[in-house]
Amino acid sequence: MTTLFASPAETVRRLADAGYLADEAIATTVFLADALGKPLLVEGPAGVGKTELAKAVASAAGAELVRLQCYEGLDEARALYEWNYKKQLLRIQAAPTDQAWDATHDDIFTEEFLLERPLLAAIRRAEPTVLLIDETDKADVEVEGLLLEVLSDFQVTIPELGTVAAVRRPFVVLTSNAARELSEALKRRCLYLHLDYPTPERERDIVLARVPGIEAELAEQLVRTVGALRALEIKKAPSIAETVDWARTLLALGLDELDEAAVARTLGVVLKHVSDQERAVRELGLPADGR
Amino acid sequence: MGSLVDRHTAFLAALRGAGLPVSIAEGLDAARALGVVDLIDREALRAAYAATLVKRPAHRQTFDTLFDLWYPGALGDGVALSDEPPAPPADDEDRPPVPPALDPQVQERRRELFDLLLTGDDAGLTQFARAAVGRYGRSPGGQSWFSSGVLQAMSPQTLMAGLLNSVLQGQERGGMAERVARRRFRDRIERFESLVATEVRRRIAEDTDVERAARLAVRPPLERLDFNRAGRADLQALRREVHPLARRLAARLARRQRLARRGRLDFRRTVRASLSTGGVPLTTHHRPRRPHRPELVILCDASDSVSAFAHFTLLLTFALREQFTKVRAFAFIDTTDEITRFFAPGVDVADAMTRLAREADLVWITGRSDYGHAIEVFDERYRDAVTSRTALLILGDARSNHGGLSLPTLRRLAGQARHAYWLNPEPRREWNTGDSAAEAYGEIVPMYECRNLTQLVEFIEDLA
Repeated sequence: MTTLFASPAETVRRLADAGYLADEAIATTVFLADALGKPLLVEGPAGVGKTELAKAVASAAGAELVRLQCYEGLDEARALYEWNYKKQLLRIQAAPTDQAWDATHDDIFTEEFLLERPLLAAIRRAEPTVLLIDETDKADVEVEGLLLEVLSDFQVTIPELGTVAAVRRPFVVLTSNAARELSEALKRRCLYLHLDYPTPERERDIVLARVPGIEAELAEQLVRTVGALRALEIKKAPSIAETVDWARTLLALGLDELDEAAVARTLGVVLKHVSDQERAVRELGLPADGR
Repeated sequence: MGSLVDRHTAFLAALRGAGLPVSIAEGLDAARALGVVDLIDREALRAAYAATLVKRPAHRQTFDTLFDLWYPGALGDGVALSDEPPAPPADDEDRPPVPPALDPQVQERRRELFDLLLTGDDAGLTQFARAAVGRYGRSPGGQSWFSSGVLQAMSPQTLMAGLLNSVLQGQERGGMAERVARRRFRDRIERFESLVATEVRRRIAEDTDVERAARLAVRPPLERLDFNRAGRADLQALRREVHPLARRLAARLARRQRLARRGRLDFRRTVRASLSTGGVPLTTHHRPRRPHRPELVILCDASDSVSAFAHFTLLLTFALREQFTKVRAFAFIDTTDEITRFFAPGVDVADAMTRLAREADLVWITGRSDYGHAIEVFDERYRDAVTSRTALLILGDARSNHGGLSLPTLRRLAGQARHAYWLNPEPRREWNTGDSAAEAYGEIVPMYECRNLTQLVEFIEDLA
């Protein structure tokens, strides 16, 4: 198996070219997951760039991104493969009357009637692939069993067709918001990366990269303020994306300094709960009539 | 310890000893990872170990502490100091020790620290902490190392005013800018203090042995931290846990209710859906089920001895409000008052707790817990809160200062309720000692020990 990255340093560089600013821990972990050929489980609060990381790895490695979005009630038929019943019914009804059942039976369980779902698609691809299994914690526990099976051997057995083994192992990224604990068995199979809110320096660089035309001074003030907001005991802490949105808002309003009045006017961009806003107004000593 | 392999296996053993579930396969992954990263780069080494061995954020702090001990960033003094000799131990008899404020060398050092804190230069701060421990960290007598000597000499906390002044030139004080700056410097000062602590542990480990230092250094993870032993910072960290925890719990409870059998077959929808497949019902549709959700009445001891515990249980139950049809809470010290009003939906829970302490009418005579009177008052005023649909939850240490117990009244209330439970934050072995009436109450209402987050979560899962 050929690896995608040569060293952690090169990983940092290539992810940066793909528009993702990784720190050393992130880059080392991505590099290791690739070098050891293990799935990478990325866990952390919403909006710290977990999905972005998978996309950046795909783009840096020139690989195709295959995405499986997890949700409650996701089952094998939606994750792995499914027979196209309607088409099979049609085929049976349209079969010439003189055709024996055996022939028809062999006919309807072929490639033509197979609906490929993300997991099978990622395994069967011969080109470099990044398989992103997004929000794994949202799926039911049964799906974890399925993932364990697929991710340990990279092969799938379809009773009517036989076993499909991976021609080329995909680079697998699982993300989770830790809404529930994933099973120990799954965690043991994966390398683990806990992504948290970035350091002020890194977040400032992200803002500068994403929002062209913003002054470094303002970006600095902005990420410091967001850091202060995250430190409050609030229901939903601002994500990186919201920081970037806030920077764009300030630019659009033509504000070049983040003072109390500016924060109070634009607080709705970063805090999405009334109680959070009230708390911020009180704790940061903002003018209360800003909203 | 000689080879890298020995050190690696000893490190794994220490992690397991500190309660991290490191499997053999994970240990092998870590060993393979060491083969591909640059061993000279300590942070890459740390990341490699963390990625392969630490699969829960709660364990990360323990891991970092142990990693710093097993793979120290330096040996001995670690820096080529300028050629000044180390400071004489404090009990040097030749001359009285100079108070730090008058020692020009100390002042010089503090100016250096000031600049480092101002710029936020982390590498410099690490170097500085190392040098400072080498110089001021010897305990009296020079036998061991301790951080308080360094923190007294450097007293980083007192630099705050100066730091704020140099950032906020000309801006008005007391506003947002000051708060944001204050937070930034507080984080950096904390960072410095933790660097000093790490350095002191490293020195102790060098002098004695690593295993012993490791045993001394590791604290229990947050979810196992005893409510009664939690310091202020711990309480804050715990409070921060409440919302994510409530979310996780709610998700789990919702999932369990869904698993509890699908609803009845919805015949009409099934037949309608089968029309698209030539009348063959390939998928069946079901009616949704009406989940059963209990009403909850909480009666909680609000005296100081159990405040942290009551605080969390209330926060968590109100964060889980959606899981119950109705939640009513009552608090008592020696009389009882309803406190549900402080937890109106959308109210900030931390505020609710402070208002509760200020406004609720909980003290009748002494302001010391009197379970007997509190139960009587509850029965008199709020008897109708407890119905056959209610789960009654009592929180407290059952220490009634040798007052009355009102056992018959409680027996009747528990009989009225559908279920009744008692959560006691004291360790089980201390029940029935001194003025604890745990046994008497425990005969009427099943009593559970609930000392940390883990136990609390387990209980609430069973309840809902």
